[in-house]
Amino acid sequence: MTSNQIMFFIFSAVIVIFSILTVSSRRILRAATFLLFVLVATAGLYFMLRFNFLAAIQLTLYAGGIVVLIIFSILLTSQVGQKLELPSVKKRIFAAFAALAGGLVCIFAILQYNFPIAVTDLSTERTTIDDIGKAMISTGKYGYALPFEVISILLLAAMIGAIIIAKKRKD
Amino acid sequence: MASFIYDFSLLTKPIHEALYHWLPPVWALIAEMTLIGLIFLLFYAVVGLFLVYAERKVCAFMQNRVGPNRVGPYGIFQTIADFIKLLMKELIMIKNSDKLLFNIAPFIVIIASFMAIAAIPFAKGLHAIDFDIGILYVIAVSSLGVVGVLLAGWSSNNKYSLIGAMRSGAQIVSYELSVGLSLITIVILAGTMQFSAIVEGQANGWFIFKGHIPAFIAFVLFLISSTAETNRGPFDLAEAESELTAGYHTEYSGIKFAFFFLAEYMNMFIVASIAATVFLGGWMPFHVSSWTGFNNIMDYIPPFVWYFGKTAFVIFLMMWFKWTFPRLRIDQLLTLEWKYLLPINLVNILVMAFIVLMGWHF
Repeated sequence: MTSNQIMFFIFSAVIVIFSILTVSSRRILRAATFLLFVLVATAGLYFMLRFNFLAAIQLTLYAGGIVVLIIFSILLTSQVGQKLELPSVKKRIFAAFAALAGGLVCIFAILQYNFPIAVTDLSTERTTIDDIGKAMISTGKYGYALPFEVISILLLAAMIGAIIIAKKRKD
Repeated sequence: MASFIYDFSLLTKPIHEALYHWLPPVWALIAEMTLIGLIFLLFYAVVGLFLVYAERKVCAFMQNRVGPNRVGPYGIFQTIADFIKLLMKELIMIKNSDKLLFNIAPFIVIIASFMAIAAIPFAKGLHAIDFDIGILYVIAVSSLGVVGVLLAGWSSNNKYSLIGAMRSGAQIVSYELSVGLSLITIVILAGTMQFSAIVEGQANGWFIFKGHIPAFIAFVLFLISSTAETNRGPFDLAEAESELTAGYHTEYSGIKFAFFFLAEYMNMFIVASIAATVFLGGWMPFHVSSWTGFNNIMDYIPPFVWYFGKTAFVIFLMMWFKWTFPRLRIDQLLTLEWKYLLPINLVNILVMAFIVLMGWHF
C-alpha cells in the first residue's frame, strides 16, 4: 500500500464515521463539531490530490465560515444538556429505509458507471492559483469573467438586502 | 547576490534521501512526519516559555516594575517553574458541562495554530511545507481556532464563558477580513502567494519599503487586525479579566488551560512571523539594491537571526500595544473594523493595484 492510499483510507474513514455521528448525535452542538471534522477531512482529501486552492477554500468557507456561523447560532439558542427528542420508532424505521435505499442507489450507480481511468501523475500535475486567477477574469474561451461578475452582483444584492433587514427602523 | 546565505535544503535533503534509502517509502514518510512533528513540539515549548517570560518582562518594564526576578538569574526560569506547576495541577471536571466538547476545545485551538506554523519559512529552505497558496492556507487554518474558543465557552456552561466566546466569535469573524485584505495588498505587489517566493522577491528591498505608502498602511492595518484576531489586548474582550473573570477559559485548569495559554502566545508568534515574512522580508537580510558591498556584509548575519530578530520586533510592538492601550468596548471594536479598517483596506488595495499597474514600485 502506498502512503497516498493509507491517507485516503484514513480521511475517508474519518468522513464516514463523523458523517454518521453528525446525523445521529442528539446534542446539536456536537453534531456541528462532527460536521467540522467531516469538512476538514474533505479538505485533507483535496490536499492529498494537490488541489491546494480548493482545499484552502474548503477550510476558509466551510470549516471557518459556515460551521462558525452554525455554531454561533446554536450558542444563541441552545444550552448544555439540551437533547433533541428521539423521533418515534415508526419514523426511525422509515428513515433508515429511506437512507438505505438512497445509499444503495448511489452505490449501484457508482459501480455501474464506467469511470475513465485517468493516468496522471499526482505529484506534478495540478491547477495552480495562477491558472485559476487567470481563468476567473479571462473573457475568452473557458473564461469565467461573466459568471464571476454575475455572481458578485448577486452577492452584492444579498448583502444590501441583509443590511436593509438588519437596519434599525426609525419609527 | 545572496550567495552567502546558507540553504537549509543542503542539510535536509541528505536526511530525506537517507531515510528513503533505508526505509520503504511509507515508513520513511511516517518517520519524516514524526521527526517534523517532534521538532515543532519542542519549538512550541521553547518559544511558548520564552514568550511568556518576555511578556512579563515587557509588561514590568512598561509599568516601571522589575518583573520576575527570583527563579534563576533575572528570573529566566520563572516560566519553567510555572509550567511544572501547571502540569501538576488537578484537571477539574465540571459536572454540568458537555464533557466531550469541553475536552476537545483546547485541542482544536492548538491544532489550528500547529497547522498554521507549518507553512512559515524560518530560513532559506527551512519550512515544513511550501504551498503555492501559502498565505491563503495560513488565513484558512487560522480561522479554525475560533471554533475551539466558541466550543470552550459554550460547553463550560457558565455565562461568563459564553459571553467571552460570543465576543470572541464576533471579533475574529470581522477582523479576519482585515487580516486577509491587508495581506492581499502585498500579494498584489509580490505577484505570488508562495512564502518562499515572497521572501525571494524581497532580495532587493523589503516590501514595506518597495511598496511605498500603501505597503506601510497595509502593515499597520495588519498589525491592528491581527492583534485583534489573536484575542490580545487592547482587543482581549473575549477574556477581559475585569469583567468576565477569564472569559472563555474560566473553567479550565491545569494543562488544558495551558493549551489555551500556549495557543494564544503561539498565535501571536505566528502572526508576528507572517508580518515579518510578508512585510519585513522574513529571513532575507536588509538589502538595498545596487549596494553590493553593504548587501554582502548583511549576508554574513545568518538568516534565522534576521528572521527571529524581525519576529521579536513585531512581537514587542504587539506587547507594547497590549500594555499601553485601554481595552476597547465591543461596539467600539466592531465600529473600528467595519467603519474604519475595512474601507481603508479596500481603498488601499486599489491604490496598490494602481501603483503596481503603473510600475511605480521599486
